[in-house]
Amino acid sequence: MELVGTEQCSVPTDKKMKRHLLCKICVLIFLLIFLFAIDSFAQGTETQSTSWFNKDRLNVLLFLVLFFAFVLFFINQAKKGKSLFVRKIPGLDAVEEAVGRATEMGKPILYISGIEDMDNIQTVASMIILGNVAKMVATYDIPLLVPICRPFVVPVAEESVRQGYMSAGRPDAYKKDNIRYISDEQFAYTAGVNGIMLRERPAANLMFGSFYAESLVMAETGFSTGAIQVAGTANIHQLPFFVVACDYTLIGEELFAASAYLSREPKLLGSLKGSDLAKLVIIIILVIGVILETFGVTRFTKWFFVQ
Amino acid sequence: MVTDLNTALWNTIAMFLTFCIFSFLYKDNPFYKIAEHIVVGVSAGYFAVILYWNGLVPKLWDPVFKQGKWYYLIPGILGVMMWTRFSKKYSWISRLSIAFYMGIATGVAVPLYVQNYVIRQLSSTMLPVHFQNTTGIFNLLIIIGVLCALIYFFFSKEHKGAMGSAAKVGIWTLMVGFGAGFGVTVMGRVSLLIDRVIFLRNYFDSFFTWFIKYIL
Repeated sequence: MELVGTEQCSVPTDKKMKRHLLCKICVLIFLLIFLFAIDSFAQGTETQSTSWFNKDRLNVLLFLVLFFAFVLFFINQAKKGKSLFVRKIPGLDAVEEAVGRATEMGKPILYISGIEDMDNIQTVASMIILGNVAKMVATYDIPLLVPICRPFVVPVAEESVRQGYMSAGRPDAYKKDNIRYISDEQFAYTAGVNGIMLRERPAANLMFGSFYAESLVMAETGFSTGAIQVAGTANIHQLPFFVVACDYTLIGEELFAASAYLSREPKLLGSLKGSDLAKLVIIIILVIGVILETFGVTRFTKWFFVQ
Repeated sequence: MVTDLNTALWNTIAMFLTFCIFSFLYKDNPFYKIAEHIVVGVSAGYFAVILYWNGLVPKLWDPVFKQGKWYYLIPGILGVMMWTRFSKKYSWISRLSIAFYMGIATGVAVPLYVQNYVIRQLSSTMLPVHFQNTTGIFNLLIIIGVLCALIYFFFSKEHKGAMGSAAKVGIWTLMVGFGAGFGVTVMGRVSLLIDRVIFLRNYFDSFFTWFIKYIL
């Protein structure tokens, strides 16, 4: 299975192996120094508690351990080659349709990854989808424009697009200039994106990530240019605008499922199946909790209170 | 509003740029482009200065050189490593910084998300169901809505049969919520427009008063 996001090398050379070893040693040294520094800082500050374990968050830890166990189990199953079923998501089929439409019209595709930084999970998911979109786009040789709002996202986007083009066997078609930093300021970025939409006239606008008030402005501008629009965000307050102005909308978790659905990569599929099992556990806990609450037993619910 | 020349000048520029942006409602034009490029350029310059005075100086320069906290150099070095992206030969070094940043960010974000969006929501949704008053009936509606919405986001099984019906109820529940959110947000946007229109009204009001008083 071809993996998206990996460099394809037939034989690792000595130089590369040395570089990888150097990278690992550097990361380990930095981590150790950083942890030592944090520990020194904590001990130096007398007013702060030096406790490393917060018992009030035990329920969070247990849920995380359970969730990670599910995810690791299914990743292991996927790596063994077991077929993991994922139902069809209509909005994702629209991404391929959008790429096809752009190819027919000979116009570029505009990919907007939201306005948050890389510390936002939606931006991380958006970068994974960007890599898959770049792989599709590279096959058809159409421009992929990626305006970015945060400086730190630029190198990640460049890397995702470059890896996508390399996976498609088209490293020569990769154009770094198409990934542009616009502005940190929300509506300055929106004004810039609107300008790109009106001047470049992309055939398809793909908007995946974290959006706020600018969502409707961008979606309406894209609609006015006649582009096919597919959007996805987990910001609940912006979903109504995308649903109204876009052709297809990925709601909430469908954004995170999109990366697994498009790439079919074992790790991502395993994560999706693991989260599905976690959802099943949540449903069971919910039903049990409701039944107990109805009969006046509140101890079970209180265990889920977070201080 | 137009009390002196300085204020009049800046308010006139604000009025001009407001109309430049509003001109976008008709179509793209040079005036919108002027306003767009001004806002992009000014915001980039403004954020560069903000980053220097609110980020670099208090979080790196002062701790290292004024407070003697040498360990602040570690994230500083990680930040400098990001600049190696401009070199084809050494750009791989920047991946260390990216990996470190993404690892820290994910490590902080995942427990927070689980705490706020799973555990807290679970405890809030475990409500008693009864038919003694409307509270019990609303609780039942909330629980059904939550369960059906969770079923909608289940990707391991096709939405057919009973599961399909539950998923349909789930998406309807979501759409009702979206509709309410849409209405609230549109009200907020209209209030922003009202604020801008009030600004323009006050500007023209004071401008014509000044014009009549000093020119005529």
